[in-house]
Amino acid sequence: MHNLTIAELIKGLQSKEFTSVELTHHFLDRIGSLNPAYNAVITVTAEQALKAAAAADQRLAAGNAPDLCGVPILHKDIFCTDGVRTSCGSKMLDNFIPPYNATVVENFEQAGAVVLGKTNMDEFAMGSSNETSFYGPVKNPWATDSVPGGSSGGSAAAVAARLAPGATATDTGGSIRQPAALCGVSGIKPTYGRVSRWGMIAFASSLDQGGPMARTAEDCALLLNCMASYDDKDSTCIDREVPDYTATLNGSVKGLRIGVPKEYFSEGLHPGTENAVRTALAKLEAQGAELVEISLPNSALSVPAYYVIAPAEASANLSRFDGSRYGYRCENPSDLQDMYCRSRAEGFGEEVQRRILIGTYCLSAGYYDAYYGKAQQVRQLIQQDFASAFDSVDLIMGPTCPSPAFKFGSKGDDPVAMYLEDIYTIATNLAGLPGMSIPCGMVDNKPVGLQIIGNYFDEARILNAAHQYQQATDWHDLAPEGVAS
Amino acid sequence: MNWDTVIGLEIHVQLATKTKIFSGASTAFGAEPNTQACAIDLAMPGTLPVLNKQAVNYAIMFGLAIDAEIGQVSAFERKNYFYPDLPKGYQTTQLEKPIVGRGNVEIQLADGSTKNVRIHHAHLEEDAGKSLHEGNFSSKFSGIDLNRAGTPLIEIVSEPDMNNAEEAIAFAKKIHSIVTSLGICDGEMSQGSMRFDVNVSVKPSGSDVLGTRTETKNLNSFKFMEEAIKREVERQIDVIEDGGTIAQETRLYNGETKVARSMRSKEEANDYRYFPCPDLLPVIVSDEQVAELRRNLPELPDARQARFTEQYSLSDYDAGILSSDAAMAKYFEAVTSACNDAKLAANWTMGELSARLNNEDLSVAHSPVSAAQLAGLITRIADNSISGKMAKEVFEGIWAGEGSADEIIETRGLKQVSDSGALEQMVADVLAANQAMVDDYINTDEAKRKKKLGGFMGQIMKASKGQANPQQVNQILTKKLNELL
Repeated sequence: MHNLTIAELIKGLQSKEFTSVELTHHFLDRIGSLNPAYNAVITVTAEQALKAAAAADQRLAAGNAPDLCGVPILHKDIFCTDGVRTSCGSKMLDNFIPPYNATVVENFEQAGAVVLGKTNMDEFAMGSSNETSFYGPVKNPWATDSVPGGSSGGSAAAVAARLAPGATATDTGGSIRQPAALCGVSGIKPTYGRVSRWGMIAFASSLDQGGPMARTAEDCALLLNCMASYDDKDSTCIDREVPDYTATLNGSVKGLRIGVPKEYFSEGLHPGTENAVRTALAKLEAQGAELVEISLPNSALSVPAYYVIAPAEASANLSRFDGSRYGYRCENPSDLQDMYCRSRAEGFGEEVQRRILIGTYCLSAGYYDAYYGKAQQVRQLIQQDFASAFDSVDLIMGPTCPSPAFKFGSKGDDPVAMYLEDIYTIATNLAGLPGMSIPCGMVDNKPVGLQIIGNYFDEARILNAAHQYQQATDWHDLAPEGVAS
Repeated sequence: MNWDTVIGLEIHVQLATKTKIFSGASTAFGAEPNTQACAIDLAMPGTLPVLNKQAVNYAIMFGLAIDAEIGQVSAFERKNYFYPDLPKGYQTTQLEKPIVGRGNVEIQLADGSTKNVRIHHAHLEEDAGKSLHEGNFSSKFSGIDLNRAGTPLIEIVSEPDMNNAEEAIAFAKKIHSIVTSLGICDGEMSQGSMRFDVNVSVKPSGSDVLGTRTETKNLNSFKFMEEAIKREVERQIDVIEDGGTIAQETRLYNGETKVARSMRSKEEANDYRYFPCPDLLPVIVSDEQVAELRRNLPELPDARQARFTEQYSLSDYDAGILSSDAAMAKYFEAVTSACNDAKLAANWTMGELSARLNNEDLSVAHSPVSAAQLAGLITRIADNSISGKMAKEVFEGIWAGEGSADEIIETRGLKQVSDSGALEQMVADVLAANQAMVDDYINTDEAKRKKKLGGFMGQIMKASKGQANPQQVNQILTKKLNELL
């Protein structure tokens, strides 16, 4: 059953080939036996899952159940789950049990999806390798000595290892697309404002966006149908009808104009990755799409601008973790100052502290204009780059990240090398655009991701192109050794 | 040397919205600690603010009342600092783009002259919670009550246009009058609904150069504010005349102990690292919205004063006092319409009632004597049923909850004797019993006889146990004595 896609599972559930309880037992068993090797799942909610599965089976029996009724999924541990620990990968929230659901969690619950548990992640979503998690790194199912990417590495690895057919994730600078690429799964970051941020623990509020991961574009479409919604609890959520993303999957790519930014094929791109991406583009061209070389001239500025804006917002967003109302508090504080200092020094990991310090510095009196002010100007330039590009193309495609999964510890001492991992993904967050990664090849038995960027609210077009590509290729069907059997 | 004083005010006004500025929790005063603080107010992870539109409307109404520019696009920023009563670690406020721009407030001074005080701007922000240092805590701990956290405020910032405590108080009272008349604030000073920060500096008379200013924060009564200003002006002059210099600092004044002290120096001031709040969209105010609010603006104090002078034939002074406080004005008008005697209604509202309320530190809204009860009392004064002296006794009875004026007059047997037959007899009896006084009266020069009436009046009132109608007694007495001449 674990080799079936969500689309196939829905058929099986609705035609009573198997029940949700059977399915849920199956995936819980897999998590039990395989997860210790990957550390992708950090909380298993077996009891609640089986209860939800039994309820889903009743709904299925009654007929007219929503698509995802009875389908098991995992939530990234950044989404608040009522009554279930939500740690955000941090010691700071190791003891935090929210009394509310994130809107995303609520949406899946309404649809009758079965939540198996919560996935591992970089602490507060800050990282590109999953090495910053308080719960230890996630291992890439394709090569357990290598990183799964981050910050949604747990979700990506869990889907790759077929511990769940789909998972939720979030993307602030590439945190859905980069781990999807490194683990050989499909993942889409929607337009900013498409998915509610209520109950999604904030890293950088103007960049954070939730999205789904699954093995195929079609499954991502099914999950996004449920995940996207207007939510009046999130002021930045956009009140716009959610289309049925599965309805347009089968359209032809004939005449589709694909922009290929020359800046995405520059120095630093692994030749194997470049080759795989170029081959994928040729495939789409063969399917009738038109390739257009374009330029996004300010691309090189996206990483420095991001590493001012995201830490600046994070420095304020993470101020609430002060040891006073919830979360970690140091032992025997001598006074208020001591409680603040030690709770935060002991509760946050190194990378989180680094970013809080960077952000605090960038916003400080005398530095604001040079850093935060300048970064906001760059952000506008990057938006303009994309706006001009979308005047002449329908989608933009290129590599998701510069190289396949790297080994643990290989970038540990060099934060900037780690930050460059997101060089192709960050710009879409700064612009608020939707972006997707789908598997498009293998290098040294490690997956390569093709990134597809669309215009605002053009998720349907992205998913359509991705699905058409997957109809003609089978990279998305490959499974790491020992996983498919 | 002579010194000039320069004063500017920052006034925090709690807006009388039912719910908080960014959450649905109630703003009602006086609830058990932390019973009116929801997940948003507690800054739980993943929660997001949603702006209360009523708070925006109230701020615009204030802007219209002071003839200010209304910001068509205003924006919220985060002001970052750590404090236990500030759950998010930042206050959401406005800095660069406040909702209300420059405006003007005219104040009346005791000598009848008027003065214009310029308003620099007014902005929307959230209130903080409260630290509780007394209560059931073990010695090392303080409590935090977050009921107030998130209560909407407008902070009104004046230009340094006031030159003494009297002007500052007149300005503060005028703002109180405006916001209570608009109905955007309950004006309850003792509950912290209005709080004042006072910026004070002194300079040699006639100098163009402003002295170094200090800020005395969080004064919550006109009286404390007046004391604090006077003391600070004296302190600054003493320091300078002793050869010292004024340090720019924030000070606190304790109204109970009358002690002022330094809270922090300029060097210790926080770097608040303001930046635009990414969780809230800019506030767009349309011309239609402003026009609609302008159309429905309640009567303002200046207009009401003019109306009171005209409609009730009150002096400017009486009209000014009665119209300044919206609740007081409403009360006065209710009394007047029920008793049909504006002059007596004005005297009693400004006199006995106000004095009693001040003594008990009550606002007119919480007066134990209702407008209908006071009107009932005035009706009995006007129809001569009771004397002025009895009226005070009856008023005390009403205050103590003994019932209406008529009930108290009845149960206490306070009815004034106005029956002329009975009064004639009383006067005749007293005259007969005091022949020596009568002779004295007759033998006195005509010009001085009037002074001798008091002695007879005292005897007659005593004989009637205070119940004789004094005006009538006076008439009868004069008539009878004159007959003896």
